[in-house]
Amino acid sequence: MAEAFFTEQHELIRRLAHDFAQKELTKEVLDKVEETETFPEEILNKMAKAGFFGIKIPKELGGQGADARSYVLVMEEIAKVSGVASIYVSSPNSLSGGPLLLAGNDEQKEKYLRPVVTGQKKLAFALTEPGAGSDAGSVAATAKKEGDHYVLNGRKCFITMAPLSDYAVVFAKTDVTKGNRGLSAFVLDMHGEGVSCGKPENKMGVIGCATSDIIMDNAIIPQEDRLGEEGDGFKIAMQTLNTGRLGVAAQSIGVASGCLEEAVKYARERKQFGRTIGSFQAISFMIADMATKLEAAKQLVYKAAYMMDTRQDATLNASMAKYFASEVCNEIAQKAVQIHGGYGFIKDYKIERMFRDCRVFTIYEGTSQVQQMVIGGRLLKK
Amino acid sequence: MKILVCVKQVPDTNEVRIDPVKGTLIRDGVPSILNPDDANALEAALMLKDKDPDVEIAVLTMGPPQAGYMLRECLAMGADEAYLLSDRAFGGADTCATSTTIAAGIRKVEGVDVIFAGRQAIDGDTAQVGPQVAQRLGIPVVTYVQSIRMDEDKVTVQRQMEDGYEVVEVKLPCLLTCVKELNEPRYMSVGGIVDAYQKDITVWNHMDVELDPADCGLNASPTQVFRSFTPPQKGKGEMLSGTVQEMAEALVGKLAEKHLV
Repeated sequence: MAEAFFTEQHELIRRLAHDFAQKELTKEVLDKVEETETFPEEILNKMAKAGFFGIKIPKELGGQGADARSYVLVMEEIAKVSGVASIYVSSPNSLSGGPLLLAGNDEQKEKYLRPVVTGQKKLAFALTEPGAGSDAGSVAATAKKEGDHYVLNGRKCFITMAPLSDYAVVFAKTDVTKGNRGLSAFVLDMHGEGVSCGKPENKMGVIGCATSDIIMDNAIIPQEDRLGEEGDGFKIAMQTLNTGRLGVAAQSIGVASGCLEEAVKYARERKQFGRTIGSFQAISFMIADMATKLEAAKQLVYKAAYMMDTRQDATLNASMAKYFASEVCNEIAQKAVQIHGGYGFIKDYKIERMFRDCRVFTIYEGTSQVQQMVIGGRLLKK
Repeated sequence: MKILVCVKQVPDTNEVRIDPVKGTLIRDGVPSILNPDDANALEAALMLKDKDPDVEIAVLTMGPPQAGYMLRECLAMGADEAYLLSDRAFGGADTCATSTTIAAGIRKVEGVDVIFAGRQAIDGDTAQVGPQVAQRLGIPVVTYVQSIRMDEDKVTVQRQMEDGYEVVEVKLPCLLTCVKELNEPRYMSVGGIVDAYQKDITVWNHMDVELDPADCGLNASPTQVFRSFTPPQKGKGEMLSGTVQEMAEALVGKLAEKHLV
């Protein structure tokens, strides 16, 4: 535990998440998630009860009233055991809950945020489109004002949890002539008329949390479900993403810790040439590298969270944490598979799933290259 | 109704290793946890509170200042108030002295209607402190409780036996010691932990609970430990496999081989 950034209260929160993950997310449960591609509602309900969906959300909005460091610790401990389970934690706390917390008015928070953070409803975050990924400003979906409502048309893609969601925060252009400033944010009823989902994507990893397109064909959104003012969309999306990427950074150190644990365990048990493979320098040096990089990544993530909690500008640090932790996680997972040799390539070993799960960490919520743009841009700004 | 739950912080024996030479516990680096049976006792109280919001739950422990961490855990699960009996004078206590101190603490907590405790702690395994506390307070005790039905002025419990259970009805106030079959303890919650750190833990020393140092701790502990040792581990058993027929044949063969049949 990096004592510098944490209090005893944080330690107890880590214990809660650790015990929960060990007890509930057993190998049997996780194997079944892979097989059926669905995550058990029963465990989601238990997560909601433990308060994992509203960690940073104030108590008066149904949340738990804790802080960014608590969120990081829960994410880390859950991801250590299951990458996909940590997505269910991250979404309401960050990407999907974020816009409501940032820009929602009291009624919107009460109507949409409370049921999401208490686990009664699910909410997706829908920004990406076939032609608008890293370049969020080039969203083509449109929202046309007609009387007291908006009519939305367009297609969102790669939307995490879309087929499971009750609502989605969608971004669409209210003024196509204004670029970024023409973007607005809305809460879309996923069961409403004119809204449908594409077929769930067949993904490489984080299986058990369906990702699909959202198609809006003259979908009606009442005016009171617009978040912020017209034209605030880009700002809301960027602010959400700026702090939200801390979640992916925490996922990364979690999965990386899990990989390191598995690699150490295997290196101690597996014998070749009459001795454990861990007693060979080639393997022990790999493990030394993995542990050192993981520790560095952890400090970056914890510091970014600490900065958020102490109300310092953490945009740069969150980007650095996300960039470094996700890259290092992939490196650690790759080495852990290597240490497992042929068994690392077989689905019976956890490490195979972890290796696939973490691949997306350098891609979603801002690719490593977008993080480099943020970091470089900040440093070179005149 | 006010329920007082007696709890203890213990080393997680799942993580404890035995020093093979000295035969003693290696406690270094072993995490401390809420004693498992005590967690069941607390859960029983919390379930009664779930049904009746007027139920108040106090948790009480005797231990070093670090035991405060475990009391926070109890508060985070849903207890309302926490008491820590902590004093150098309490150190080195056996069950006899411990129960004197705990009983004195409970007397000082006002308005307690019923006391729940775990059956036994996983570090000492004596199962003596609960009944001794009841004795000192002059109230009835039922041990090995596996189900609880609470009424206005009495409680009806199932008392676990090796081959069944007894149904016992007992008047309040009384003390019940709980077994793990009673329930499945809940998790803390993140918000519960946040709240737990905003509450005060009441810390009492021997003067606060009006005890003479001669009556507590090592001074008042008649237990003498001659020697502690770890029984030698038995060798691993052999598991037979195959059909019932095959396993029976193999078993008879083994027994014959050892001239047992």
